Amino acid sequence: MLFGFYLSWRARRIHRLHHRVDAARAALDAALDRRHAAVSALVEAGGTGAGRGLSEAVTAARDAGEEQCEMAESALSRALREALESSGSDGCSKLSGPRLNEVESAAKGVHMARTFYNDAVADTRRARRSRLVRLFRLTGTAALPDFFEIDDQPPSVLFLPVEPDTL
Amino acid sequence: MRVGLVCPYAWDVPGGVQQHVGDLAEALTDMGHEVSVLAPVGDAGGSPLPDYLVPAGRPVPVPYNGSVARLSFGPRAASRVRRWISEGGFDVLHIHEPSAPSVSLLACWAADGPLVATFHTSNPRSRAMAMGSPALRSAMEKINGRIAVSESARRTLVEHLGGDAVLIPNGVAVRRFARAEPLPGWPGGGGSIGFLGRLDEPRKGLGVLLEAFALMAPERPDLRVMVAGPGDPAAAMAAVPEHLRERVVLLGRLDDADKARAYHSADVFCAPNLGGESFGIVLTEAMASGAAIVASDIPAFSAVLDGGGAGELFATGDPAHLAERAGALLDDPGRRAELSRAARRAVRAYDWDTVAADVAHVYRTVLTGDGDGPPLGVRPDGGPNATALLRGEAP
Repeated sequence: MLFGFYLSWRARRIHRLHHRVDAARAALDAALDRRHAAVSALVEAGGTGAGRGLSEAVTAARDAGEEQCEMAESALSRALREALESSGSDGCSKLSGPRLNEVESAAKGVHMARTFYNDAVADTRRARRSRLVRLFRLTGTAALPDFFEIDDQPPSVLFLPVEPDTL
Repeated sequence: MRVGLVCPYAWDVPGGVQQHVGDLAEALTDMGHEVSVLAPVGDAGGSPLPDYLVPAGRPVPVPYNGSVARLSFGPRAASRVRRWISEGGFDVLHIHEPSAPSVSLLACWAADGPLVATFHTSNPRSRAMAMGSPALRSAMEKINGRIAVSESARRTLVEHLGGDAVLIPNGVAVRRFARAEPLPGWPGGGGSIGFLGRLDEPRKGLGVLLEAFALMAPERPDLRVMVAGPGDPAAAMAAVPEHLRERVVLLGRLDDADKARAYHSADVFCAPNLGGESFGIVLTEAMASGAAIVASDIPAFSAVLDGGGAGELFATGDPAHLAERAGALLDDPGRRAELSRAARRAVRAYDWDTVAADVAHVYRTVLTGDGDGPPLGVRPDGGPNATALLRGEAP
């Protein structure tokens, strides 16, 4: 009886981990979509000098299938850093201020969502390695989740100067 | 958003985690979120409890992490945690130091739904054993988003728990320091240099500053040094010749209000640390106060000061170089004003407003994936609950 109770507890834990992976994946997809939209808006507004490379990178990332997704997103991260870190303050006109902030925030969001997703995957994969879990097939039919490995380092955009009086 | 924050340590005893949770609660409230904080509260007295605080019962002293922590653990604390969670209607639960055997760990067990956790400690030994236990593992598995406050805290977490965490540093309450009256009699007409920190800890570098003062004093007959902080100054004072000692003013330990005033009381603020300072909270507070800073060029300081753009840097541990840099600043009010502006600007990256915005971003990320329908929010865990388990174990 006690063992049955323990088994159901273990099954619950596995179930919850799978739910956590699904939720984290949905959040990651949403974060990637937000970054695509933010970068596209910035490119359209012509806010950066390196608009061409950036626009190609964002199109590639948006159209990438599951196989190329990680490569394309990494390339977008690199293109973003190149465009924003090299253009400096004069490259980013006043017009693109809010758009630039949105890109910066979206890039941060990708980093967060990816960290949380991989975290969930690591916990799930470890839990599924357990002999007990494999013996009693506590995982049901759920597939083993995969890590999402990309270069997601956000560009280090300079903070917009604020006069001390507004502090 | 309705946010529930859990602090494992006694609220009435000062400490880094308590300060962090309080500042975060205030910053989130300012952003328009509703915040409730659950923490043990003892009877050490002091200031009245803030509105957002919900006491989780009396803490008991427990040896933890190499010192004695005041924690709440047991059936009674567990049932309070459960009630707080089921009545709170939180969108997200943010647990600080989740492995601490206190209300934090109890909240991990008792809650289901969007959980965020912040890891503060970077003590590799205490975690090593604890993380292996299944009871703790089952609690940590529920956390959707992990935050570490420093690179070393993140490393500790990764080593013992696997996975990863996003880095969001401690904030500085910039507004608390932005404006303050100088202390009476300061900065004075003859120039002054300020220092804040423990006096008898060589790493803080007071000795370097006083040696530099001894070099500068003969040419500047009215120059004074303001020294604030606890500890015995005898060792550092040995560098100052007898007849100059009256120009080194020792203020002792200051309360928070006077500390803010002290940063505004000297023409030049000096951070002569020799190393080991990971973040430099004194430095960021001085920046928030708009002080003209001269600091040693240890990597952490150089990073915070924007490589010298937001404050002068001198070769670590070199009194002659410090005397030269500080002297140049004392003679150039224009440069001081420039550095003051740059420091106020650079410190915004460490302001609680910025830091809390990043924390809220973590909340939103965790909530995004939480089901397609209306968000369920945080609810009590339907499984075997900690209250029952703890009761069952007691004979």
